[in-house]
Amino acid sequence: MESDNFLRRNLPNILWIAAIVSIYFVLSSLIAPFSDGITLSSKIIGERLQEIGGFLFAILGGLAIIEIYFYQIFFRQPLNRTATIVTRAIQVAMGLLTFTFIIYFFNLTDLIKLGDSAIGKFVNMPVNSFANLQKSLISSKVATKDSAKMVAGIIFALGILVLYAIIQFASKPRNSRVGLAYLLIMPAFIGVLFLIIYPFLFEIKLAFSNASLGTQATKNAQYSLLFGWENLKMLFTGTVAKDAKFFEVFWRTILWTVINVTFHVLGGMGLAILLNRPLKFKGFYRTLLVIPWAIPTTIAAMALRSEFDSRYGLFNILLGNLNTWLTTVSQNTANIIGIGNGFAWLAATIGPVSWKQDPFWAFVSVLLANIWLGIPFMSVIILGGLQSISQEYYEAAEIDGATRWQQFRNITLPLLRPVLTPAIILGVVWTFNKFDIIYLITQGGPQEKTDILVSSMYKAAFQFYRYGFTAMFALVIFAILFIFTLFYLRVSDGLKSATE
Amino acid sequence: MTTNPISRFFRWFFYRSRGDSPFKTILIHATLIIACVIAVYPVLRVVTISLRPNDTLLTTDLRIIPENATLDNYKEVLFGDAEKNRQSDFFLWIWNSVSVVAVTSVISVILAAISAYAFSRFRFPGRSAGLIFLLTTQMIPAGMLLLPLFIMIAKLKMINTPLGLIIAYAVTSVPLTIWTLKGYYDTIPVDLEEAALIDGASRLTVFTKIILPLSTPALAIAFLFSFMGGWSEYLVARVVLQKNEMFTWPLGIFTFAQQFTVSWGQFAAASVLIAIPIMALFLYSSKWLISGLTLGSVKG
Repeated sequence: MESDNFLRRNLPNILWIAAIVSIYFVLSSLIAPFSDGITLSSKIIGERLQEIGGFLFAILGGLAIIEIYFYQIFFRQPLNRTATIVTRAIQVAMGLLTFTFIIYFFNLTDLIKLGDSAIGKFVNMPVNSFANLQKSLISSKVATKDSAKMVAGIIFALGILVLYAIIQFASKPRNSRVGLAYLLIMPAFIGVLFLIIYPFLFEIKLAFSNASLGTQATKNAQYSLLFGWENLKMLFTGTVAKDAKFFEVFWRTILWTVINVTFHVLGGMGLAILLNRPLKFKGFYRTLLVIPWAIPTTIAAMALRSEFDSRYGLFNILLGNLNTWLTTVSQNTANIIGIGNGFAWLAATIGPVSWKQDPFWAFVSVLLANIWLGIPFMSVIILGGLQSISQEYYEAAEIDGATRWQQFRNITLPLLRPVLTPAIILGVVWTFNKFDIIYLITQGGPQEKTDILVSSMYKAAFQFYRYGFTAMFALVIFAILFIFTLFYLRVSDGLKSATE
Repeated sequence: MTTNPISRFFRWFFYRSRGDSPFKTILIHATLIIACVIAVYPVLRVVTISLRPNDTLLTTDLRIIPENATLDNYKEVLFGDAEKNRQSDFFLWIWNSVSVVAVTSVISVILAAISAYAFSRFRFPGRSAGLIFLLTTQMIPAGMLLLPLFIMIAKLKMINTPLGLIIAYAVTSVPLTIWTLKGYYDTIPVDLEEAALIDGASRLTVFTKIILPLSTPALAIAFLFSFMGGWSEYLVARVVLQKNEMFTWPLGIFTFAQQFTVSWGQFAAASVLIAIPIMALFLYSSKWLISGLTLGSVKG
């Protein structure tokens, strides 16, 4: 009965798995065994799973060790005096070990350079002994070369667990009001420390260095305030990537952000207001309208890039057709004074454009692409806001004789503010930082005339390898955004509600 | 009254319009239809290019279904190119992307589910500082930390491995997920937990038995958010991954455009194959995605 029940409960899952497996086999039999290139095989899948599994296992183990450590600090109280001494001794030793690991990590990634000094040797000690343990495990045939790391890790963890067990036995539970909260945020806190704080510190250090390809990144780089000053001077007086100057790119970035956000909000608002009316086919329209948001950005950018082709792209085909039409019309109306000349003028002005070579049109092309991509998001957000406004306000206003425009100004806009404010602030920051469209469509060309600050920075780092300079550049960009945010928060009072 | 089908259609069509004149209704529909065409046509053009035979790729034809439509490009993308004796990398790219992005999302959802609970329910020293800090990280351009992260990943010998990319993606995904989930937890009434606590349940039981089951939709949203964030990412992946066999699909389809002769047909076919499932998923879940967005940003 039990097994019958099990089968019945899991039948859909089993069918899914069976379907996926059979699709896999059908596909793998269809894929022709050509000599060139690599195809996905079960071996690759297995290796990847092993790699990621080991990684996750290591993270989990590390987090568990740290969590138990803090659990004992918050929730256990030593029984007597000797226990206190032993417990605190173990905890201090563990703390010291963690500290050396952190310093070791800093040293490894060149945040600080210890070299062969006494401190350097001391810091390297735990890791070296870990490596020695691995070697002895291999030589004593306990573990193979592949599994040595894992076995050594497990031995290491077991050792620490024994220490924890000692503390656990020599203590009694106690209450802590905030302990649990700290235990809960600990994993994320460590993650943020490792992923954001540390790189940020590193960036500040890098900004005062001459790191570049010539110094092999940080290996032979030198650090001094003078280099920082040089980098800063270079940023404002020299070129930011290869051709463009800072202020030129800065104003273009402002233009890029303002135009994009304005069109996103206006377009989104317009569509949202239309979609908020009682209409037939509303769901249908809404589905079609969010497609630019749903399509992966890389695909959209590449597709639009081909549409800006000077001969075969959609835009130039349309403009060419328009031009032909205008020419015929101007020929047919040539006798009518005024209109004929007007059409002739239009035909001479409107026509195919060189999207790639002309800086102005290149910038227009990336703007068009980004506006197209961004409107659905705004319209969906604004539509959500509109739907939460009660219809009664409008009915009351109508009774009082308010016009549509007055209703919009005095009801819709104020009630949309809580939705619109964060949407605009996030929109500005995202657009300011969003350069994948630019990078994929024009690559900043021609002559970096469509680069914005962030794309220049990306190029400076990964095309021209000006690492120290890039770090300073990044700090300046961060300062600009930070000032904007502070200014905006002061104006809109936005953070108060967020942290309540 | 009238049984004329056309007039019946018109009555149905104009039925619910709140006092709008028929002319205005038609105007609104026309605007929306134009907007829809602008939104959809460039996407349809990708489908068109993917269906074109290889010798007529470059044409000024504007039809959606091209002349002599073929599925050759799809065949080449999926099963390899017999002429060049080249195997298909397509499934490899998809697998690389999925393995990296799924692991990133799982890690950040787990981390966030736990810590967001603390931020939502406990009052402890450092709480508001932590929340403001998390919000500030949204202001940091992802590209800004890319250089130090790149050097760090290189020093850890994780260039060209999925692990390096997982680390780089977690930078943006963890804070955003915490913020989203905290917003959702705030909407769950505290009374439920207090009742359970009075009945003698521990905080842990409350979290696993009450909060987690109640927030399954939010967890799904958070997962989707961070999945979509990494799924079509190009710039970071380009820096971290340099070997062909490690490429995620955005890097992969870009190789079609970088070859000596740009293979637009294959690029388009690969794009369509990738975009269809993700767009279906997106459209299917868009309702919840939106509620998640507003929860995170508006309700705080």
